[in-house]
Amino acid sequence: MKDILILLFRSKRFIVGFVLFLGILSFALIGPMLNPKNPFQMVGGLFSPPSDRFILGTDNLGRDVFTQLMYGTRTSLLIGCTAGVIATTIGVTIGSVAGYKGGIVEEVLMGITNVFITIPSIVILILLSIAIKARSAIVMGLVIGVTAWPWTARAVRAQTSSLKTREHIDIARITGFSSIEMIIYEILPYMFSYIFMAFILQFSGGILNEATLSMLGLGPFQTVSLGVMLHWSLLWEAVRTGAWWAFIPPVICLSITTFSLMSMNSGMDEVFNPRLRRS
Amino acid sequence: MRNPFVRYLIQKISWYILAFFVAVSLNFILPRLIPGNPVSVIVNQMATGGVQSDVLERLYSTYMKEFGLDKPLYIQYFNYLRNIFRWNLGTSFMLYPGKVKDLIGRALPWTISLQVPAILSGWIIGNLLGAFSAYKGGKFDSVAFTLSLVFSNIPYYCLAIVFLYLLAVRFGLFPVGGGYSFGIVPTLSLKFIADAIYHYILPYLSMVLVAIGGQAIGMREMSLYELTSDYVNYAKNLGVRDERIIRYVFRNAMLPQITGLAISFGTMMGGALVTESVFSYPGVGSLLFTAIRQSDYPLIQGCTLIITIAVLTANFLVEIAYGFIDPRIRAVQLGER
Repeated sequence: MKDILILLFRSKRFIVGFVLFLGILSFALIGPMLNPKNPFQMVGGLFSPPSDRFILGTDNLGRDVFTQLMYGTRTSLLIGCTAGVIATTIGVTIGSVAGYKGGIVEEVLMGITNVFITIPSIVILILLSIAIKARSAIVMGLVIGVTAWPWTARAVRAQTSSLKTREHIDIARITGFSSIEMIIYEILPYMFSYIFMAFILQFSGGILNEATLSMLGLGPFQTVSLGVMLHWSLLWEAVRTGAWWAFIPPVICLSITTFSLMSMNSGMDEVFNPRLRRS
Repeated sequence: MRNPFVRYLIQKISWYILAFFVAVSLNFILPRLIPGNPVSVIVNQMATGGVQSDVLERLYSTYMKEFGLDKPLYIQYFNYLRNIFRWNLGTSFMLYPGKVKDLIGRALPWTISLQVPAILSGWIIGNLLGAFSAYKGGKFDSVAFTLSLVFSNIPYYCLAIVFLYLLAVRFGLFPVGGGYSFGIVPTLSLKFIADAIYHYILPYLSMVLVAIGGQAIGMREMSLYELTSDYVNYAKNLGVRDERIIRYVFRNAMLPQITGLAISFGTMMGGALVTESVFSYPGVGSLLFTAIRQSDYPLIQGCTLIITIAVLTANFLVEIAYGFIDPRIRAVQLGER
């Protein structure tokens, strides 16, 4: 474990991603603690530009953009993380069971997976969001998670199938492990790094999906997220009226967050797949 | 059935038909989970707008009949399927009595002419860039890779918003939205085409840059794998010329990227829809944006249906093409193996 950490921190890409992500995380977690204002409170004039009183100005209803940004980033991270956990859990479960069991179980599970890979996930996301009226941040994370798992399932199945042929698996089987024990103790630990990387990808995908849905007007209710801020900017024409402070900050936060996650992912890829390392 | 290619084709087609039915069923069932009767919700919304009561009654009966909400669920489902195959997508709430199929028919050409070129050209340029930077290495590689990483991680719509603000609003180089200027009638005149292209550039750019970045990263990685493989070492030791090796590497690394093309049609869709609404581009994305804002369920369902059909068709075409290109599948098809 310690070796891996040392290796990870030798990868420049991982360090850059990690530092950026820590920055975003502390902004979203510590910010609201130091600045416990209500992001929905109308405190100033319409679209007032940044000033001493409002660091990032106010939006179309005179609400403080900087406060919104802190709470919005927090919501987006929460939704992304929930979606990532759900999607990774479902994907790993289906993929490892399909890969380990083989036969008809594998055919059925992979059949379902392939159908859901083929159907564009944005369609299911839109339909699910419309059907669920009480969309809190957690519910949105769940919705995004249950539509995002197929890629992870497919990848984990491939890994499991190849791991299955190793010798330690045969030995464990002789000692009488059940299928579930086999998967938990003998298969999953060998692809821990892989699963963690899949989680990071899903995390970042979840944040992007949240933004897409919110911008279409299907965001969380009574909560501000980065996507909701962008939706407001579109709806109230902040872009065309030139109120840059209402939409550039969420754009930057969104981009930094996804960039930091992808950068960490790519750094980990370098460490765990030595073939990608350039000597 | 003995022809292997026909078998491959039939197998693929049945998968896509299955996926289509699952999607259509979700399209049917999910909006019906909305609590309460959607028709009365809509009619009540209109009632607050001060519409006369006999008009409301007519609206109510139109929609009840169209949805068949008074009938059992399975009959509703069969009606729904029958209507889809007759391309009868119902009547829009917000633009009553406008037909959903007409609204979508007007928007679809804009979306296709924006997205297909953006995805295809982004894919081609991205792959060339990725392969080249993997082979080249050094400064070029690290600059190209970092740029690709940055661009591929900016969501389309974020780049779209930044472009719209900087290039259109701030510096006035491009129009601030729409598919063509006000007061120009969409005809096949030179003036209209020039105007449409002028409006096209920003949405296109904001999508293609992100696509190039994403594809370049994937291709670079594939090429790096290939470059360290045994056959490359072997060819090098044999003294095969570099250009030749690159050609081998490119062809091998290219195969998974073709699957990548199919994936991009599906995954780019969401971002592309939002990009359209950022630019108020008169495509399906902007239509969906307004439909969601107005709770126009028939129109939303029509949009999701057309998106499903478009993505499934694109994926299907790519997969068939893949069958022709991949020598392993081709060999099986031709019965050589």
